[in-house]
Amino acid sequence: MSGGVDSAVAAARAVDAGHDVVGVHLALSRAGGTLRTGARGCCTIEDAMDARRAADLLGIPFYVWDFSERFKLDVVDDFVAEYSAGRTPNPCMRCNEHIKFAAVLEKGLDLGFDAVCTGHYAIVRPGADGALELHRASDAAKDQSYVLGVLTAEQLAHSYFPLGQTPSKAAVRAEAAERGLTVAQKPDSHDICFIPDGDTRGWLAERVGAETGEILDRSGEVVGTHEGAHAFTVGQRRGLRIGTPAPDGRPRFVLEVRPVSNTVVVGPKEALAIAEISGARYTWVGTAPLGAAEGFACDVQIRAHAEPVPARAAVVPADGVQHLVVTPDAPLDGVAPGQTAVLYQGTRVLGQFTIDHTVSAVPLSV
Amino acid sequence: MVVYLDHAATTPLRPEAREAWLEASAGIGNPSSVHAAGQAARRVLEESRERLAAALDCDPIEVVFTSGGTESVNLALKGLFWARAAADASRRSIVVPQGEHHATLDATAWLEAHEGARLRSPRLDSLGRLDLDAWEAAIGDGAGVALATMLAANNEVGTLQPVSQAVLGAARAGVPMHLDAVGAFGHVPLSFRALRATRHEAGAPVGAGGGLAAMSIAAHKLGGPPGIGALVVARDAAPTALLHGGEQQRGLRSGTQNVAGAAAFAVAAELAVAELETEAERLRALRDELVARVRAALPDTSANGDPVHRLPGNAHLSFPGAQGDSLLLLLDLAGVAVSTGSACQAGIPNPSHVLLAMGRDDDAARSVLRVTLGRESTHADVDAFVAAIPDAYERARRAGMSRREV
Repeated sequence: MSGGVDSAVAAARAVDAGHDVVGVHLALSRAGGTLRTGARGCCTIEDAMDARRAADLLGIPFYVWDFSERFKLDVVDDFVAEYSAGRTPNPCMRCNEHIKFAAVLEKGLDLGFDAVCTGHYAIVRPGADGALELHRASDAAKDQSYVLGVLTAEQLAHSYFPLGQTPSKAAVRAEAAERGLTVAQKPDSHDICFIPDGDTRGWLAERVGAETGEILDRSGEVVGTHEGAHAFTVGQRRGLRIGTPAPDGRPRFVLEVRPVSNTVVVGPKEALAIAEISGARYTWVGTAPLGAAEGFACDVQIRAHAEPVPARAAVVPADGVQHLVVTPDAPLDGVAPGQTAVLYQGTRVLGQFTIDHTVSAVPLSV
Repeated sequence: MVVYLDHAATTPLRPEAREAWLEASAGIGNPSSVHAAGQAARRVLEESRERLAAALDCDPIEVVFTSGGTESVNLALKGLFWARAAADASRRSIVVPQGEHHATLDATAWLEAHEGARLRSPRLDSLGRLDLDAWEAAIGDGAGVALATMLAANNEVGTLQPVSQAVLGAARAGVPMHLDAVGAFGHVPLSFRALRATRHEAGAPVGAGGGLAAMSIAAHKLGGPPGIGALVVARDAAPTALLHGGEQQRGLRSGTQNVAGAAAFAVAAELAVAELETEAERLRALRDELVARVRAALPDTSANGDPVHRLPGNAHLSFPGAQGDSLLLLLDLAGVAVSTGSACQAGIPNPSHVLLAMGRDDDAARSVLRVTLGRESTHADVDAFVAAIPDAYERARRAGMSRREV
């Protein structure tokens, strides 16, 4: 129970369904070693208090579990390391992968609980063969199946998402109000929870360092300088501050971030188009899709709220390692290594991978 | 039916104390008011002060009522530091042992961060007992020392501290000392007057202000209500006040006095001290039985703290390989209330700083439970704990220490 409205209503529905429910709030940050002086944005005392008050109202026991050490190792340090390596990570997926449906679930199972119930908007249901499948939520606008794409069959069997069939977030808020939950109108959280003021660049600059580097065009020509490559993401247009205009006078976009040489590569918008993405770190939600080796049709989604794009996917060996290679029917825009690609068939989540390589759809001459 | 084994966090309100509170709260009148209603309230207040002073073996004028232990500790530490440093700017050091309560650790850390205090921290031994040589070395000849402070009994592991010898050491060096007796008063014999008198034994010069200067106590640790405590401030000690206003209570603690709270506190303290000997004997036997039965059932477990010189109702147990907070949760779901340490920390489980100070590692300092018996505890409570703990330990050990597997 984060202290937000979704997990409070999820807990309420779990209680209504007759389960023996215990509320757990995760302490994921402890600035300066204690919570008393704790961070503002993540796991604030107010959030913990809101969660506790929701549990009180539902009449369920409530405990705080401290996973701050693991959160720092598996999510925060990973976030910094990924940016340092020029990739654009998704910390929420790492949190689901390593904390909520791993550390918390394992602890819960060991202590004698059967499942982790969360306020995620997604549906778990048996497929034609009886095996559990993960599907998009009924409300496309709130669907969170993307960030759950990291779940394995074992994790799915112990996951419980009571909000998956809800028609809308408004319905959840109305239900919360009806139940007398004080968090009914609490605003949604959007930003990265461990960067409380939302200033990701400033936060990263403190940890990765900011050194002046070169901005190159696709031919390797120096066209400007920057104050630290980590501040740039692929697809970015603003904030480049390149003095000399491009020869053709068209706006330039970040095409690539190279942290080792602290350089940023820019080019025209067309050059952002990506014809192929691939990665070796892939997982399947439950059973691997049929024909994984020969290739299969699917939809690929590269951000939490991006449109899914029809594609073909195949598992291909290269350098002794299996890679998942995805070729979208139409080129993808603004894909950065480090991002997670989630594969769907209809509403069903097949699996996910972290994008290691991208292949441009546009030859260098453009 | 909850089996309540967390008396060190707070005790159930004694019926006699509740009666006293209800009776006193029925009256009207601010005890500082001049009219008859005020005088009636003042009379209840001063009678309560006298009764509490008798239980403490001090003079009534030495009892300064506060809102509780934390305020008392803050008044003593900050007040004595400011007063001593104001009289002689070279007095910047505070002798504060490891493993003290957080009220003390945080107040002295604040003084260090904001008021230029320097902290000297004598160590504890493996039983949680203050190392007296280290204490005396930290006090030295008293030069540059603003004050010394210590717990009468460790609030987590229950070890009784060598209070008389420590007070003597402070008295010899002419250093004023604060004793945190919040968890000890009403549970082990304590005489403010006798501890004060050690300075004569020490041959300390009259008027030097050394030795026991102040002692913190709180009502809710001995059957009284929360929200009322006291700082016993020796006649010749003059800490600087934290709160300014109506100049009540020697000007040390401004604010309208809590008459009903004082009345309940006095009754609870009086009864606790009167029953102390028989109750302590009863609790020691019950506690020793609990520890023996747990260790017999679960040979991997062990008891922490001094096995003999300890708070009568306190059992502090180690459960290797299991997190204290997992055990706490499982026992709680089974209807048994215990603690991993002081309640202030229990919202978010830190490794016990007391265990760390006793030389144990981080895992050991997370694998503990504090089980504290009290006045209404019975064999049935011990039976319930002993019945619930094996399954809880098995599950909690399976969950392990919640570390990332490497």
